[in-house]
Amino acid sequence: MATTTNKQKKVTFSKEQQAHMQKATWLSLIPGLGQFYNKQIFKGVIFLIIFALFVFQMLFSGVHALNGLITLGSTPREDHSLFIMIQGAMQLLLILIYAIFHLVNMVDARKVAKQSILSPDTVSHTPTQLLKNVWNNGFAYLLTVPAYILMIFTIVFPVLVTIFIAFTNYDFYHIPPATLIDWTGFETFKSIFTLSTYRDTFGAVFGWTIIWTLSATTLQIVVGIFCAIMMHQPFVKFKRIFGVILLLPWAVPAFITILSFSNIFNDSAGAINTQVIPLLNHLPLVDIPMISWKTDPFWTKIAIISIQGWLGFPYIYVLTSGILQSIPDDWYEASVIDGANALQKFRYITLPQIFAVAAPVFVTQYTFNFNNFSMIYLFNGGGPGSVGSGAGATDILISWIYKLTTGTSPQYNIASAITLIISAIVIFVSLLVFKQTKAFEMED
Amino acid sequence: MKTAKKYKTQKNQRFWTKFWTYLFLLFISAVILYPLLITVTSAFKAGNLMAFRLELNANWTLDSFKRLFTDTMYGQWYLNTLVVAITSMLVQVAAITLAGYAYSRYRFAGRKQTLKFFLLVQMVPTTAALTAFYVMALLIGGLDQHWFLILVYIGGGIPMNTWLMKGYFDTVPLDLDESARLDGAGHFRIFWQIILPLVRPMIAVQALWAFMNPFGEYMLARFLLRSQKNYTVAIGLQTFISNPKNQQVTLFAAGAILIAVPICILFFYLQKSFVTGLTAGGTKG
Repeated sequence: MATTTNKQKKVTFSKEQQAHMQKATWLSLIPGLGQFYNKQIFKGVIFLIIFALFVFQMLFSGVHALNGLITLGSTPREDHSLFIMIQGAMQLLLILIYAIFHLVNMVDARKVAKQSILSPDTVSHTPTQLLKNVWNNGFAYLLTVPAYILMIFTIVFPVLVTIFIAFTNYDFYHIPPATLIDWTGFETFKSIFTLSTYRDTFGAVFGWTIIWTLSATTLQIVVGIFCAIMMHQPFVKFKRIFGVILLLPWAVPAFITILSFSNIFNDSAGAINTQVIPLLNHLPLVDIPMISWKTDPFWTKIAIISIQGWLGFPYIYVLTSGILQSIPDDWYEASVIDGANALQKFRYITLPQIFAVAAPVFVTQYTFNFNNFSMIYLFNGGGPGSVGSGAGATDILISWIYKLTTGTSPQYNIASAITLIISAIVIFVSLLVFKQTKAFEMED
Repeated sequence: MKTAKKYKTQKNQRFWTKFWTYLFLLFISAVILYPLLITVTSAFKAGNLMAFRLELNANWTLDSFKRLFTDTMYGQWYLNTLVVAITSMLVQVAAITLAGYAYSRYRFAGRKQTLKFFLLVQMVPTTAALTAFYVMALLIGGLDQHWFLILVYIGGGIPMNTWLMKGYFDTVPLDLDESARLDGAGHFRIFWQIILPLVRPMIAVQALWAFMNPFGEYMLARFLLRSQKNYTVAIGLQTFISNPKNQQVTLFAAGAILIAVPICILFFYLQKSFVTGLTAGGTKG
């Protein structure tokens, strides 16, 4: 529909011609009329039908749905607040999509009017011409439609509903259809930050989430880079075998290894306490007692961070290996002539090169661990102990959300509000880095 | 005299570099292999262990594998996972290939804005929107249904993977399209016959990722699938050892092997192409 006109030379239009374009644009305030004015009857009819369908839908159910979104129902047991909310959300999306169509329609009318002045022959009037035109210019849109439909359903819409629920009182006291749900404004956010029970839990969980994200991811990156540098040394033999072994933690599905580790770290019967520690104690001067991996929060945290290092380093290792191979040898040779030692070579050549290429990937690793539910939940269920409001000592925000949603007394609104807070943090940090690394700058 | 000494210290130094390197590599190999070997060997042990440990002189048996299919619903879970994995793989790969191609090859109105939109929504942790999925599932009857889970899996991966796909399409030179167009090929033919065969490695990688995801994803599957017979392997296997009083370690280990082995084979088979796919798509942005 929207034709991509390449940057044309500046053409000055006469007053009449400008009036012609203006008229087409304004007429298409009612979709179709502008197209009729441009003598595109077929297109005009289609646009008019879409417009009529939208008006029809608005009158017969749209207004009702929007009204429901404001009240969220009035009679308990009859009105299901959640369904009313969802219908309202759908209506909003529909209106948004229509608004885009409306805008496109006006831009189209103006473009065609301009086209009819500059090169009247290229304007399509008959249905066949139109269809051909649509096929040529709309092919790209056609290709993206499936992706968009799926995304609207599984990303845009859930985000919208999450935002809505965060501003309601949807919890175990208010379960529709028995009771109605009401808008409560910023109450939920207020209670997270001011109500002592939630505030303390949020503080504790958030603090640990940050410590966990930073330490686990940094461990992953350091071990990954170190392995890559070790393997890159030319004298290393059996590179293939070591290469396969180093990739194994990535190849085996994570949930399997986490559950295995969960068992291996068992306090009384696990292999670490019954096999590894006794073995280490054979060494001179080493005497380690049994460690309460699952019942002492400190040791659980140590275990979780180490296991994530184990799980996540191969990815960094593979990436870094690729980068190391691309650093030209003469850079190192030149630095040796200048008298650089191994550490200086690493500090001033290797490390900057790695970061230049892999920095965005490192950031995605941090955001991944920020939301690494499996690691936390499958190892020890977020436990041991409790820091209030259902959260255990090793729960991170996302596993706390899971518990708030699935527990015996679900707090859907709190969970949704925390989801929004998480998303805001992740998006903010990612944007900051993507801006730095110029991922937003496109090729044209 | 002096040079000989220098030569000697250099040789000495080289020996120690080698020594520490190999020591490190052997140590990390042990750390990687130890827990994996524990799991693998446990699967072949008789009886019902309380916990894993590495013992090489035990009664070896295939009993656990047999029990997996006779006493538990493992076969059903495996089938469920395959259905979910294959469907979401097919649909997602199709959607992202089409969209990635459009973003790489066409300059259409709204292209830049929507690309930025993709980059933005890619950061939203959709799995955290549990309540929203729950409410939606309630409304359209998707609770405890595979199709709903499939839909959520597909959608979540689209923005990121479209972005990577577009990056890979960008590496295919534009001259190919132009010469094909001059020869009179239409939109569809250029896409299908000229460009698509060239991005096969990336499609294979994307297919592998989409296929592997349902085998490991726990949170959404656990939340949305409510009845045992609908479980995927990840949540099914977890039930074997989630009860601390009744740990069926050998069963878990046997079930884990049947998942890990095929996935590892796929992984190492496609490893070369996904490493290049990762860097080609990632760095071009």
